[in-house]
Amino acid sequence: MKIHEFQAKEIFSRYSIPVTKETVCYTTDEVCTASERLGYPVVVKAQVHAGGRGKAGGVKLARTLDDAKNAANQILGMDIKGYTVEKVLVAQGVKFNKEFYVGMTIDRNTKSVLFMASKEGGVEIEEVAKDNPEAILKFPIDPELGMAPFLARKIAFQLFDDFSLVKQGADLFQKLYKIFLDTDSSLVEINPLVITDDGNLLALDGKMNFDDNALFRQKEIEALNEPTEDEKKEIQAKESGLTYIRLDGNIGCMVNGAGLAMASMDVIKHFGGQPANFLDIGGSSNPQKVIDAMNLLTSDKNVKVIMINIFGGITRCDDVAKGLVTALEQLKMDIPIVIRLSGTNAEEGLRIIASQNLPVVGSLSEAAQEAIRLVNAM
Amino acid sequence: MSILINKDTKVLVQGITGRDGSFHTGKMKDYGTNIVAGVSPGKGGQTVHDIPVFNTVEDAVKATGATVSIIFIPAPIAGDAILEAADGGIKLVICISEGVPTLDMVKATAYLKKKGVQLIGANCPGLITPGESMIGILPGNIFKKGNIGLMSRSGTLTYLMVSLLTQAGLGQSTCVGIGGDPVAGLYYEELLEMFQNDPETEAIVLIGEIGGDAEERAAQYIKNHVTKPVVAFIAGQTAPPGKRMGHAGAIISSGSGSAEEKIAAFESIGVPVARLPIDIPKLMKELLSK
Repeated sequence: MKIHEFQAKEIFSRYSIPVTKETVCYTTDEVCTASERLGYPVVVKAQVHAGGRGKAGGVKLARTLDDAKNAANQILGMDIKGYTVEKVLVAQGVKFNKEFYVGMTIDRNTKSVLFMASKEGGVEIEEVAKDNPEAILKFPIDPELGMAPFLARKIAFQLFDDFSLVKQGADLFQKLYKIFLDTDSSLVEINPLVITDDGNLLALDGKMNFDDNALFRQKEIEALNEPTEDEKKEIQAKESGLTYIRLDGNIGCMVNGAGLAMASMDVIKHFGGQPANFLDIGGSSNPQKVIDAMNLLTSDKNVKVIMINIFGGITRCDDVAKGLVTALEQLKMDIPIVIRLSGTNAEEGLRIIASQNLPVVGSLSEAAQEAIRLVNAM
Repeated sequence: MSILINKDTKVLVQGITGRDGSFHTGKMKDYGTNIVAGVSPGKGGQTVHDIPVFNTVEDAVKATGATVSIIFIPAPIAGDAILEAADGGIKLVICISEGVPTLDMVKATAYLKKKGVQLIGANCPGLITPGESMIGILPGNIFKKGNIGLMSRSGTLTYLMVSLLTQAGLGQSTCVGIGGDPVAGLYYEELLEMFQNDPETEAIVLIGEIGGDAEERAAQYIKNHVTKPVVAFIAGQTAPPGKRMGHAGAIISSGSGSAEEKIAAFESIGVPVARLPIDIPKLMKELLSK
């Protein structure tokens, strides 16, 4: 789950990490009022769940009321990577002389929180990682030690020359690590962290992502969730125990297991077809899930054919078959279906399906080819 | 021989009185797995499928000598169950639970490392040494005793691959589902080492998926340490970037973790990568006949 810059900075503030003075605004009028109050210059920044806002024209400096008004008019309502800008952050302009990057994420290889820092802040860190990987310092944090004061100092000494900044930095890194743990983050970034003209560290930007598996114990964070239309569908699916991701093709897929679902998409593409979605109905045997899944698939108007690929383990093929029969009776749909079933209780499943005159094929490759043939025949 | 488990392995089930725990305990017992104890706090003294239940892992280990534990505990408290297993004297923990918070796994893997305890999962289907022991939720009937060692990040895709191998007459020494989470226990490198050292394993199948760089690291390890034939498959060849494909670990981010890069890493060191699942047995037979 992602949150906006202003929300991340609110969390930073709560841990007394210094951030810019700023206000969230939803209208041009609000932007004007906020700008007058903060005093010029101000920076008007689009608040959307997408990176590269600056490049997209979603960040503008305003030195006058007219500037602020123009910036608000331009940015509010603009589209950034498929997200419509509904709110902007008006932040006090700050004079600074140096930009740094600091961030934390989970490192799969060391199985720990990885602290990253760079003197090349203010640009996209992915670019730095590609062009000049040595410029990013990396410190895996031993979970038992945490961000010990000595470690925070060690990192700070590599970034800052002035001892007063080293002390500020070490303090900030410890707070940032605490935020990461306290909120079950999967990513925390300050880019840039700047040295202001009066010699203090300040978080000019902020970014936080969270571990979806931990939201059950992060109610305050969960409340900040602003899903897009597609994400709403994904959340709705998740509530029925399904994992759904909409894609652009026309062959609807219903599969049990994430790996098998990905492989099914791959096989469809391999034979020249276009999957309409990733849909994992998960591990339990509940006919209702199949009904929900069929509803979901048929709600996508692009779906011309449905391919069902089940390998029973925990999932029982007869339960899938029962759910399918019920779904077909309820939905009265005219979308053709191709089915492949094997594993636990496959024979019973196939017997149930046989009564419905549905086409059953033996292998995943055959299923994909049959689905593509049906699409092409339309 | 096999890796990690065999017919003598004494198994403990944490969460044995729950719906899934009890159901799969029955399935494992039917397969012939030597299940000696269950743990369910507050239910010590009961039995499930004639297996004695204890209040704590420590009690169960003392009474039965169990060395391996399988966990069927709800994800929010599964991390604690892993810690309890390691503290209680278990040597190998298999965590089936799906959706364990990542930071809980960071804490658990660090503690297990300190204790010298091995972990498989979380969010995995478990492992099987066909004909001897199945510890997990795997459909036992598709496996066949043989000489192929298999490791995979995905459960049902493993079933598909195994049934294709079995149909082609290629049995398995041990199959391990390592799970789909970003922070997990035993991974490719450790298992490759075990299979390389296992006299009964002749060849290895590695089933990876998009996300992270574990497959690239595995390729590097194979190049330096593995002399046995290896065949690979990567799921998610057509997955769009930035979308998490079900598994918490399966996401292509910041231009890395794509199937293309992983396939290239294997092929550059001479490990053939099947484009379709159905090609796995064919590639394996070609390698074995060389």
